[in-house]
Amino acid sequence: MRRIHFKKIALNLLLVSALPVAAGAQQMESHIGNVTGHAEPGKALYYRYCWGCHGARGDGNGENAPYLNILPRNFVAGTFKCRSTPTGMLPLDQDLYNSLERGFNFTNMPSWIALTVEERANLVAFIKTFSPRWKTEKPGDPIQIPAEPSLSVASIQHGKELFQKLECWKCHGNEGRGDGPSASTLTDSNDQPIRPYNFTSDNRSKCGHTNQDLYKIFMTGLDGTPMPSFADVIKPEDAWDLVHFLRTLQYNNKSPELTLWLSTKEGAAIVNAQKVSNTNTGSGVNP
Amino acid sequence: MDGRGGCGVSRVSTRPVRSLLYFAVVLGIFLFSCTQASAFPAFARKYGLPCSSCHEGWPKLSPFGQQFKDNGYQLGNDRDAPIFQQAAYWPVAFRTTPNWHLETANHVPLDNGTVADVKTSGFDYTGLDILTGGTLAKNFSFLFVPSSDELGAFHIESANVRFSNILNSTWFNLKVGKFELDNLLSEKRILTLSGNGGFYQNYHFQPMYQPGVPETYVFGIGDNQLGVEWMGHSKNDRTRLSVSVLSPTDGNPDFQTGAGAAGVTGPGGAAGRTYDVFAAGSQAFEVKGLGLQRVGAFAYFGHAPTYSRFTSGGVDIPGSGIGNEPYYRVGLIGMWYVKKFDFTTMYFYGHDSAFLASSTPSNSPTGLPPGTRAPTWNGGLIETHYTYSPQLIFVNRYELIRMSQQAWVGDPSSETPANPGNMGNIDALTFGIRYYPFINTRAGFAFHNEYSIVWQRNSQISPVTGGTIGLTSSSLLFGFDFAF
Repeated sequence: MRRIHFKKIALNLLLVSALPVAAGAQQMESHIGNVTGHAEPGKALYYRYCWGCHGARGDGNGENAPYLNILPRNFVAGTFKCRSTPTGMLPLDQDLYNSLERGFNFTNMPSWIALTVEERANLVAFIKTFSPRWKTEKPGDPIQIPAEPSLSVASIQHGKELFQKLECWKCHGNEGRGDGPSASTLTDSNDQPIRPYNFTSDNRSKCGHTNQDLYKIFMTGLDGTPMPSFADVIKPEDAWDLVHFLRTLQYNNKSPELTLWLSTKEGAAIVNAQKVSNTNTGSGVNP
Repeated sequence: MDGRGGCGVSRVSTRPVRSLLYFAVVLGIFLFSCTQASAFPAFARKYGLPCSSCHEGWPKLSPFGQQFKDNGYQLGNDRDAPIFQQAAYWPVAFRTTPNWHLETANHVPLDNGTVADVKTSGFDYTGLDILTGGTLAKNFSFLFVPSSDELGAFHIESANVRFSNILNSTWFNLKVGKFELDNLLSEKRILTLSGNGGFYQNYHFQPMYQPGVPETYVFGIGDNQLGVEWMGHSKNDRTRLSVSVLSPTDGNPDFQTGAGAAGVTGPGGAAGRTYDVFAAGSQAFEVKGLGLQRVGAFAYFGHAPTYSRFTSGGVDIPGSGIGNEPYYRVGLIGMWYVKKFDFTTMYFYGHDSAFLASSTPSNSPTGLPPGTRAPTWNGGLIETHYTYSPQLIFVNRYELIRMSQQAWVGDPSSETPANPGNMGNIDALTFGIRYYPFINTRAGFAFHNEYSIVWQRNSQISPVTGGTIGLTSSSLLFGFDFAF
């Protein structure tokens, strides 16, 4: 009898310690290169690493969410900013994987590069179980990114014109500081205030730091935010010009675009006017 | 806690016979009172991540937690600098463990000339760790840990600053101050807490010269040390390298060692003016379906003075130790994951100068006592964890130490017989279960259960027979380990 009683206690202990099970968890897979991720092991990883912000049900209502000024992603909605698929479409597994690997700068979402490839693939598979969209829809085809044309002053100048013409400045501001006249009015799909990207703050935008990543952002848009897709508005070569100009706004990042821009009289004047220097507190002023 | 580096309380192998009672009954409790230093709810509060992100079962780090530490307590998402925190955020946490424990020791010499088995038990509590750490600004981080014993006597466990990602490279990080050596198997993150199981035997073992006669210099690779550390790692932390240059004080301040250096009299030994070096490196690799595996190696090359150049008022002037003699510790380590199981394996080798072993000044006109040798030994460890979930972790550890060369091999002119070949050999076995009833982003709590037993062979002289006898001691502990 004693042994049975002990077994009962041990069993209860294990059951009590068992973690919440996501509703609708199923045999979902992800495919990252030649690695296949599975939802079941991903579940254990999710409830180790992710639930504090994204919540036990993946709805972005984790216990830490009320204290974050950029809310955690609601996986149930199935809307994702960083995609290589056209606006309104589900992202590729690789897009979700890249987000896990990269993290999101200026948010509480860190890079999970310390996890193994298999673990990250498993997490992607499990994240997909939260939204019914994955049951009824398929990810769109990734957009085609043409080869980047060679960099030139003319390309940067054309990009600068597009920045005005497409009214990017209305949200991002003339200097790209995210302080345009519309900035304070913007909200995301959850009616939460959202600030446009401040190009001067860093060289790592949320969805990646390469020129291709920048290109993708305005050709796919950031779903769930006021940032639209410009795929139907501008030609690919124009988009590349815009990329080249946006790089010059990141004056703390010594990119080839900035170097070339600084070599011109016009560019040097604009960039130097942007810089804050010789302050009482010395360097390190956060723009 | 005696003010020496880390949990630098004297170990089995360094106690003279007369203090065995102290060791068995009090020191076991004392040892266990040295709570470990690194489970930081302040970080969880800062980043809103649950304990289970950085710890497989706190305080044991996960690969993600190791990367966070190696990046200077930064996640790298530009929320690291305190300027992004609410002004009220205070990077401080506390840790202690109320408990009930039972300690046993056999062959304890008594004042009446006999030996006895001693058993004690009761409710108790550990000391307190005040854990402060984090960033001062981006890539400027710090760690400061005042730690007290259960009577409230504080010492400084850690005090260091770290400059991370110098020249924007993860391969260039510098740490200065008092810190834990870059041990892959961290004693500060040990999952066992009891008097016999709360430390790694291999990290503190020092051979005896003769039965019950310890070396007088003190060193433990598990003790926090004073110095400067260069550390570099790949972005994903798979490759890790570090080199430390350290003062030869075993982490003690004011150029003194924690105990009398070899041949040096007076309170605390005068440290020498040389520098020790510790180096460690490891490489992790992924095995499909199993997890992240890691292999590494480490080496500590040290010197200890054998006499003091200057004394004043009969006391050694700190830092004036000379006649340095070498010692070293080297090891290999592997961390193997098989899904929910993980095994840490370690091979350890130690060598001490014969002068240090026999506490003989290197300028002694008579030289080494005949029959004295440089002691060497081999050690091994296997520690197994079964992580059922972030809330429940099972721990098992087996350690062994085997002397390969005794310090005293005997001499015809001496009445003291040669040391038995197995004198000082240690076997240590520990089992534990830690259950975390809740995991959140604010505080940590664990119901800790542990049993540990240590056998040391022929380590003392029986007052009854005059021959050598061993010592067996054990601990049983049930505690509530919490940090907030």
